[in-house]
Amino acid sequence: MTMAPKREAYDVVVIGAGPAGLAAAATSAEAGLSTLLLDENIGPGGQVFRAVASTPVTDRNQLGADYWVGADLVQTLRASNAEIIQRATVWSLDRNLDIAVSVGGASAFVKAKRVILATGALERPFPIPGWTLPGVMTAGAAQTMLKSSALVPDGRTVIAGQGPLLWLLAAQILRLGGRIDRILDTTERGNYFAALPHAFAFLTSPYFAKGLSMMREVKAKVQVVSGVTELAASGDGQLASVSYVAGGKRETISADLLLLHQGVVPNVNLAMSAGIEHRWDDLQLCWSPVLDASGNSSIAGIAIAGDGAGIGGANAAVVRGRIAARAAVEALAPAAGAKLPSMAALRADLSKAERGRVFLDTLFRPSPQFRIPSGDTIVCRCEEVTAKDVLDAVAIGATGPNQLKAYRRTGMGPCQGRLCGLTVTELMAQARGKTPQEIGYYRLRAPVKPITLAELAAVPKSEDDIKAVVRG
Amino acid sequence: MFRRSEQDKRPQVQIFVDGAAVAARQGDTVSAALLASSYDVRRSTAVSGAPRLPYCMMGVCFDCLVTIDGVGNRQGCLVPVTEGMQVEIQKGKREIGK
Repeated sequence: MTMAPKREAYDVVVIGAGPAGLAAAATSAEAGLSTLLLDENIGPGGQVFRAVASTPVTDRNQLGADYWVGADLVQTLRASNAEIIQRATVWSLDRNLDIAVSVGGASAFVKAKRVILATGALERPFPIPGWTLPGVMTAGAAQTMLKSSALVPDGRTVIAGQGPLLWLLAAQILRLGGRIDRILDTTERGNYFAALPHAFAFLTSPYFAKGLSMMREVKAKVQVVSGVTELAASGDGQLASVSYVAGGKRETISADLLLLHQGVVPNVNLAMSAGIEHRWDDLQLCWSPVLDASGNSSIAGIAIAGDGAGIGGANAAVVRGRIAARAAVEALAPAAGAKLPSMAALRADLSKAERGRVFLDTLFRPSPQFRIPSGDTIVCRCEEVTAKDVLDAVAIGATGPNQLKAYRRTGMGPCQGRLCGLTVTELMAQARGKTPQEIGYYRLRAPVKPITLAELAAVPKSEDDIKAVVRG
Repeated sequence: MFRRSEQDKRPQVQIFVDGAAVAARQGDTVSAALLASSYDVRRSTAVSGAPRLPYCMMGVCFDCLVTIDGVGNRQGCLVPVTEGMQVEIQKGKREIGK
């Protein structure tokens, strides 16, 4: 499946084959629109349904029923006429809906009448002392290895942080016979009270019963320390211990593996590089695109669905994918839309899927000390820039993330700010007494993923392209 | 740090890491195969030479950079293993010509 797109133009190009992308591409193709789905991973599923078509974990109870929903979505998509390309890295999207994609070391260009971005989420940076040490990973990383390769933690393992994914991962590791020595829960105690007004919606959502039973399952087997207010990893070139403070008491434990998680945030790089307007979300503490009720962005023809549109979880992502695709069908082939579920029905599905989300967002809102580091803690992993370096740059005149690049190269390494951007925005906002919205974010540009100069040079050129840059 | 679950019945794929044979499984990414091996597979960074291992395993952190079949700076977490693949652990910057 690792081949270039078959055509130069499509009605709809969907980017990302997670819950939203799978649903969007299937809906669009079923309505008869020429549809291309581009995805960077080896197989479809995104992160939630990672490796759903190939996982070696065959006991269905171990990954849970919510995971296997993905298998049906993949099957529906594969039964449609959508063209699917895996291991396809989209590195450019512009306001003319021109897309550049790298497949197997060569770049191709396609044009779309509508683009549906379904680039999903990534884990929120968790910048604690020692988070760059070998042996410190995200919880999502461990889950990816568990789903796609049936790999489980083997040495002394500590899981730290908060949020639904943390408990799901812990349950899955235990079911597969992996090892967890301790769970350090960083949920701020005050959040329980703050979340209380939203509890009714949560208690009547499917999250509640599932979450509770998973936490019980894990707590029966693993020591859980709640109210953790400080966290640090240390070791000489390799993680050796994790120290934490809970209830005012410091403790240090030996560890080979520390898995960190404090929620997920939209993966904004491609959307922002296309010029789509984003706003700071004060509840979810991240940048979210400005969208209408059908997922349409500030750029005509580009919609965003799934967690890239603001974190809503997998069920909401599927519905948002269908809504965005339905809107595309209405725009391009109104007659075909009659066969699809009505927009009103889809919006009702969405509000059901989003039930309980505000409660989760409030309860699992990460504490400031785990978002805004200080001293020698690394902020930018690629360029190895510390919190103190950032504050020193602010002291001599750096006003925002884009000026900071010139001072310290933050966000200019290969990850292009994905692992430091939110931290830099919040750190600078705090230092300058501004809101994150006022401080802003890195200006992102294509290529949003690195490609080699050789690949760029090998791109076919027209006479006009050459004349545009060659003198005389 | 990680071990394979017994239920994993996928066929073996042999790759070479700095010349040493490593048994991977069909469908593993290079990074997963490296982390499942017993070798020291830490790369060192281009900036300070600090040792690193993959952090995110989903294509965003770039801490899994490796040289694969002579091509440097590949994201090991996005590349599936193939029989006979030659993987080199990167120490410092990508070399010119690789």
